[in-house]
Amino acid sequence: MTVLEALLQHSPALIIAIPLLSAFLLPLVSRIHAKVRDVFALVMLGVTSCFVGLLASDVLSHGPRIYIFGAQNLRVPLVRILFEVDSMGVFMAIITMMLAIIAVIYSWSFLHQEDGLDKYYTLLLLVVTSALGMELTGDIFNFFVFLEISCIASCALIAFWVTEGEALEAAFKYIVVSSIGALFVLFAIGIFYAQYNALNIATLAHLLLFTFLDKIALVILLVSLGMKAGLAPMHMWLPDSYGRAPPSIVLIIMSATLASFYGLLRVVFTFYGNVLTTSLRFSLPAHVVIGWILIALAIVSILIGVIMALVQTDLLRLIGYAAVAEIGYMFLAVGASIAALGTSYATVALQGGVLHILNDAVDIGLLFLVAGAIYYVTKKRSLDDLSGLARTMKFTTVFFIIGLLAVAGMPPLNGFTSKFLIYESVYQLNPILSIIALLGSILLLAIFVKVLYAAFLGPELPGLKDVKEAPKSMLLAMGFLAGLAIFIGLFPNLLLDTLVKPAVSALLDHAQYISMVVGGL
Amino acid sequence: MSEMTKIVKTTANILFPFTMIFGLYVIVHGHLTPGGGFQGGAIVVSGCALLLVAYGSSWVFDHIKDKRLATFESLGAIGFITIAFLGLVFSAVFFGNFLTGSGTLFGTTPATGSTLSNFNTGGVLPLMNFAVGVKVIAGLFVIVLVMAHASSIKEWG
Repeated sequence: MTVLEALLQHSPALIIAIPLLSAFLLPLVSRIHAKVRDVFALVMLGVTSCFVGLLASDVLSHGPRIYIFGAQNLRVPLVRILFEVDSMGVFMAIITMMLAIIAVIYSWSFLHQEDGLDKYYTLLLLVVTSALGMELTGDIFNFFVFLEISCIASCALIAFWVTEGEALEAAFKYIVVSSIGALFVLFAIGIFYAQYNALNIATLAHLLLFTFLDKIALVILLVSLGMKAGLAPMHMWLPDSYGRAPPSIVLIIMSATLASFYGLLRVVFTFYGNVLTTSLRFSLPAHVVIGWILIALAIVSILIGVIMALVQTDLLRLIGYAAVAEIGYMFLAVGASIAALGTSYATVALQGGVLHILNDAVDIGLLFLVAGAIYYVTKKRSLDDLSGLARTMKFTTVFFIIGLLAVAGMPPLNGFTSKFLIYESVYQLNPILSIIALLGSILLLAIFVKVLYAAFLGPELPGLKDVKEAPKSMLLAMGFLAGLAIFIGLFPNLLLDTLVKPAVSALLDHAQYISMVVGGL
Repeated sequence: MSEMTKIVKTTANILFPFTMIFGLYVIVHGHLTPGGGFQGGAIVVSGCALLLVAYGSSWVFDHIKDKRLATFESLGAIGFITIAFLGLVFSAVFFGNFLTGSGTLFGTTPATGSTLSNFNTGGVLPLMNFAVGVKVIAGLFVIVLVMAHASSIKEWG
């Protein structure tokens, strides 16, 4: 076995272990020098990305891999913690690593005057670890453990600007909401464990009988993971924490949020994949009921997101509500593909939804970084206090325009690619859904054009005369995301064929996921 | 927190060593009896909290550096992951138990059936318990210390 093969074999464990180890090394490293600490965090994330890349290239060409912790082979009874990595998990891990690296580069300049940065980087790496763990694990209890890690570490990060009362309030709201969500996940796991005496996702999916208790567990999992992902009636923590956390942290929390969304996809498509076509009452199949409930909540998310964003004056909070609307688009696509399971446009809808995970990370991430740059140079949050920034912040203005067009789904930027897939597939399910989705996009465009006029154009305010352009590392981070937005918009097929289509087929092919573990016993 | 009377201090002096020994016992016997690194660490910290109440937070602050506690906390976590990595090196799986059955440190295979517990078993489990113990002692103590110190600041009202 060559070194590369050995590294590949252990990469699922190393992807978790390296950020975790570096998280605890950071307080020691930061005693040497602040520069060493910053470089160390970036280098360790870079090494982790290399392993993610290695694992991705193998999984995409050779199919899913499993990794057993603490033993060489699988044995009955299955008590080991398993990591099961398929194309979908790899796709999410790539998004997480991208967001993490950009956040670290951005925070070099953004937070260099703050203290407590060794704890900041430790917590940041812990959230990255937890998001990666949720995406790669094949064990439902392990998933819960990583969910808890992400709750606690994100809560401390949201309260980073602890001297502002609102940051504390947002962090408190976040920890209450997400602990309740995580406890309900634990309750659902208890239901499974009591019935089937197993915790492995593949084994449970194989054994699942869809009893009354399983239906309760499904509802609990959908609600609690939807809450963590920011679905509409449970979205109230999201604008608060996105609006009050430092924007570099928002990217990290977003990766944890998207990992929860991934967990929801995994629950519906893999966990309940065998029983989705079972009839409930009135000979309605289960997937139609689940799908339409998700669609209804998604529509509410889109409408609440855009309408609430319309009335905000706080720039960061406004983008937080736009993020709720974007989450709504993902849920709309996923709901439509569940409701129409088996048809060809269901696959297209799911492709749109999965691609939109990446596009949401890029667009909303870019807008948050721009808002953070504005806050960094002016120390102002409210749109009422900003005007004429385009005179001095030329690059930032260009990045904002790219972000605004991308989030509104304008061609040739990345938002268009996934939103178009969503519109055309949802149209075949019900045209009204497509119209509402389009309306949401138009409103998003209106909202961000308003922001463009309020903050960047217009007369120069006397207080903002000596404003300078944002520092280089922040421009680099924004530039990378803006470049990615243009690249995905121009060559969507490249990404769709190499990453998204394998991810979607891995999600839909639950039989393969199950047989990877159950077949090996 | 201000210091308390001589009676309380003397009682704390007597109780403190027993609490320590019991806590360390729970950590060290983690692989044989109920409890382990976390529970034992919490018991040790309850002993430290006893000192904090009896002698006052400023006295404890003079004798213990919170920075050093933070270092120990990191070392505990690093030790835990290092042992997991050693499993990767010696037995080719992450978290692999490379010491069990080796006949060396903690490497005896326990006899089957109803026997007295053999301390020299468990492989890397006792080592991981030690690492967790160090982390929990340092981490919980620094939390208690900071909370005690913060509550003694008068200006916050």
